[in-house]
Amino acid sequence: MPRVRRGGAFRLFVVDHVGLVPFLLFILFPIYFMVVTAFKTDRELYDLQAIPFWIRDGVSLGHFHHLFFKTNFWRWLFNSLVVSFVTMTVSVAISIFAAYSLARLRFPGARSFGIGVFITYLVPPTLLFLPLTQIVNWLGLIDSLWALVLTYPTFLIPFCTWLLLGYFKVVPREIEECALVDGCGRLGVLFRIVLPIAVPGIVCAMLFAFTLAWNEFLYALTFTSASVTKTVTVGVAAEMIRGDVFHWGGIMAGAVTGALPVVVMYVFFLDYYVVGLTAGSVKG
Amino acid sequence: MDGRRDAEDLQGDAIALATAGRARARAAGRSRGFRSARRLEAITGVALILPALFWISLLVAYPFAMALYYSVSNTVVGGGSGTFVGLANFTALLDDGSFRQTLQNSVVFTVSAVAAKAVLGVMLALILHRTLRLKRLIRGLVLLPFVIPTALSTLGWLWMFDSLYSVITWTVNRVVLGPIGFAPLEVNWLGSPALAMAAVIVVNIWRGLPFFAVTVLAGLTAIPTEFYEAAEVDGAGRWGRFWHVTYPLLKPILAVVVLFSTIFTFADFNIVYVLTRGGPQESTHLFATLSHALAFGSMQLGRGAAVSLFMFPVLVVVVALQLHYLQRDETRHA
Repeated sequence: MPRVRRGGAFRLFVVDHVGLVPFLLFILFPIYFMVVTAFKTDRELYDLQAIPFWIRDGVSLGHFHHLFFKTNFWRWLFNSLVVSFVTMTVSVAISIFAAYSLARLRFPGARSFGIGVFITYLVPPTLLFLPLTQIVNWLGLIDSLWALVLTYPTFLIPFCTWLLLGYFKVVPREIEECALVDGCGRLGVLFRIVLPIAVPGIVCAMLFAFTLAWNEFLYALTFTSASVTKTVTVGVAAEMIRGDVFHWGGIMAGAVTGALPVVVMYVFFLDYYVVGLTAGSVKG
Repeated sequence: MDGRRDAEDLQGDAIALATAGRARARAAGRSRGFRSARRLEAITGVALILPALFWISLLVAYPFAMALYYSVSNTVVGGGSGTFVGLANFTALLDDGSFRQTLQNSVVFTVSAVAAKAVLGVMLALILHRTLRLKRLIRGLVLLPFVIPTALSTLGWLWMFDSLYSVITWTVNRVVLGPIGFAPLEVNWLGSPALAMAAVIVVNIWRGLPFFAVTVLAGLTAIPTEFYEAAEVDGAGRWGRFWHVTYPLLKPILAVVVLFSTIFTFADFNIVYVLTRGGPQESTHLFATLSHALAFGSMQLGRGAAVSLFMFPVLVVVVALQLHYLQRDETRHA
């Protein structure tokens, strides 16, 4: 935004950035506090005289030791990894075909399908979880990771299709038509022309599908009850909080470690996340 | 809309004709008819969308129909299909104190959280738009609450709202009240209805702010700088530029984001489940958490489904508005 520049460089820097401070404090403090808590000893954690903002008695790995060796944490992490990876792959593959069909091919009802996908995308899982419980029950999949593999695509496919639709629409038609004329079939065009051009879109869809599956809570909470079939969100948020005694250090260690895989992915692919987040509500 | 579709069809036909013409010219021996090419395209189109359609009809459309049925039956969890009870579940709910409380909670929660996210989101986006140093780093940090699993980050907030060891209470007592000689406060953040509601709203704002800020920021970047220059020439100050340039141009994008957020705030489950389980005295129950509690706490599946279906009218209104914006957007870009 161009403005009439007055005053020194330092003053301008302060004016432009000082507004950020309360926002960054609000956004980052809870995260920082979780990390700090996870590394404190119990003695310091429950000492009301201690200043809570930093670690006084030295870094302790006790809570992580408990988490890694006394709970099913690795199993939960593994379950999350398997479910997120499988549902991501299946959903992105299905969405590529659906999005290409909606973006390029003309057939009766194409427009209604497009609107249908958009509406499905807006249906919150909280509206469907009760009947889905019954379906999962009929299929005999309660307490099985298959229940999650089956249900996660219900929100991943609409999202990925919608996201990819925007990418496919901007691939120039002329390139495709030349390939068609040269005897390439529709699938050939999709794989040899459209997909290579739309690689950023596919990476974006994969990242989002993985993150959404990893973060899912309601279905995993409802469809699994045995400790060994829990995902990391349910394992930490439901199983580690039981009874009246809260082991805060252990809970924070679980929450921090459980969030780490998606945070690491996010650090490496930041720009894709920004694009995917905006594409969700703004087309293209 | 129809006029536009005709135009698109015509344009499509023209391209198809041109393509077919070129095809004839280039491969004279191969006389693939226009009609059969079009039929092949339609078959391919349907075939490619079939897997998605299959998955969505089986696990979205069908369960939705089931939810409709459950809401008019007395089905219990694991107990067959129950019998038809008409609107009994709905009338029973409307007479039920805890449901009416939930209805009120949902309105308070959604309206305050979405309004706060919109105002703070626009403010943050304006600041980020001006931020020159460390742009990428700051933007990355701002998005963190969106990336971290909500169920896990809410545990952090649960710890911050602890009745005994709350860091918020500690800071207020030690940094503000202590030095001016006041007695320390004892606050049970999640123990009183008003404070608990405020707490779930704050956590929802924390979780949703990145989405607002980043989307609005994308809208800000799209505003041509000439508009600001023109406004400045006309003597507009900071506020004038915001009200007469930024705000009107941002309105469409803001409307879409607000609608979007309304659905997902209204249907929220994770934050309330982890933070309060709907308590104290059902003062923070939302439709989703109440329906979960009814179905799995007291095994009344029909009642639970009826509760979650009360979200449906809100969903319909928002979807209708979204489609309206979407189509207007499409026509504008056509």
